Amino acid sequence: MGNAFIAVLMGLPMTLLVTVVAFAIGAIGGIPIMLGLRLRFAPLALLFRFAVDLIRGIPPIVWLFLIYFGVQIGAVRLSAFTAAVIGLGIISSAYLAEIYRGGYSTLPKGQLEAAHALGLGRATTFLRILTPQAMRTSLPSITTYLMSLIKDSSIASTIGVMDMVFLSNQFARQNPTTSGIVPFFIAALVYLIVSIPVAVLSRRLDARMSRNA
Amino acid sequence: MDLAQYLPRLGQGLAVSLQLTVISVVIGYVLGTLLALGVSSRRPWLHWPCLVVVEFGRGIPALVVLYMVYFGLPSFGVLLENFAAAAAGLTFTVAAYSSEMIRGGIASVPKGQREAADALGLAPATTFVRVILPQGLRSSIPALMGLAIMSFQGTSLAYSISVAELMSQAYQVSTITFQYLSVYGVTGLIFAAISVPLTWLSVGVEKRLARGAR
Repeated sequence: MGNAFIAVLMGLPMTLLVTVVAFAIGAIGGIPIMLGLRLRFAPLALLFRFAVDLIRGIPPIVWLFLIYFGVQIGAVRLSAFTAAVIGLGIISSAYLAEIYRGGYSTLPKGQLEAAHALGLGRATTFLRILTPQAMRTSLPSITTYLMSLIKDSSIASTIGVMDMVFLSNQFARQNPTTSGIVPFFIAALVYLIVSIPVAVLSRRLDARMSRNA
Repeated sequence: MDLAQYLPRLGQGLAVSLQLTVISVVIGYVLGTLLALGVSSRRPWLHWPCLVVVEFGRGIPALVVLYMVYFGLPSFGVLLENFAAAAAGLTFTVAAYSSEMIRGGIASVPKGQREAADALGLAPATTFVRVILPQGLRSSIPALMGLAIMSFQGTSLAYSISVAELMSQAYQVSTITFQYLSVYGVTGLIFAAISVPLTWLSVGVEKRLARGAR
């Protein structure tokens, strides 16, 4: 039991690393996609909408296999880690773009009109007036997404990223005398424990925002 | 082996994926409703166990749940086939997620409905089943549709415990043909061809429900 605990916990840094890097890619990649979704030229905006829906319509495991086995640069294949963070990063970009867009769409129209009346330029209005408010309204959804991404990072184990699930599998295989459920049960508890701080943070943000609203 | 040759195999896999989806969604939503009732209950012996089940189901990655069922249950003397293990694991996850959606829907039914039913002399059970539940479920339909789409995609995780669903078939085909990019590309498009139109449908339903709401 103790051995299993240590074996599984060795994978925690990798689980967190995959999550953080994929989230960073998504947080940045989501910005241009969100701008695309907000385009006033409808055909192009629809194209972005279709791309976002398509990205989200393909399961993460298919994305990871597609990138890991399917993409070659010259004769070189991507490492499992690179493929995993790119795949999860692409998916995160689509989800976060949608969340960002939602943040803007809930803003009252008066904000835009007031900024215009004050003579602010379009860029200033967008960056200094709309964006800070949109960020605040979408923060709870962003933390919820981060929690689901921690769990989805487990899928990286299927292409050989040595995260908690990969090491649980390895432990189960190398220690057939120990019940197979033990390492996975430990991994499950660690996932629950890791998501608690994010859940607390999100609840706090939520409470603070509804107080300020 | 080209597309026309391996497409039937992917089709067989898709059929298994759809079976898994239907089983986990139908049983999951029924269990989810019961869990929602348990969590809403004021009796502590009912409330807390249901809450723990729901939070575990939502907090543990579906992949880990599958491994736990597959590797874990045999040590308790329960032997499940791969398909049954996958169905059980996915059902558990779906039940946990759906229960929160159903609970939210039930909570959104205005209090006046219950008071009116009481005033009409309906029994508490009748009030719940015939008055509260239908309205509550109605407002959680879009979320439950979204969850059904997610569970269809989630069936791809059953690959990890060797269920012959779409993803496993794609893997088999790709190791024979070495055409990784096209095989996984086609597989992704099959998933998307089912998920994306259903997503649009759920958005449409959501808009229509919003229009119909008081």
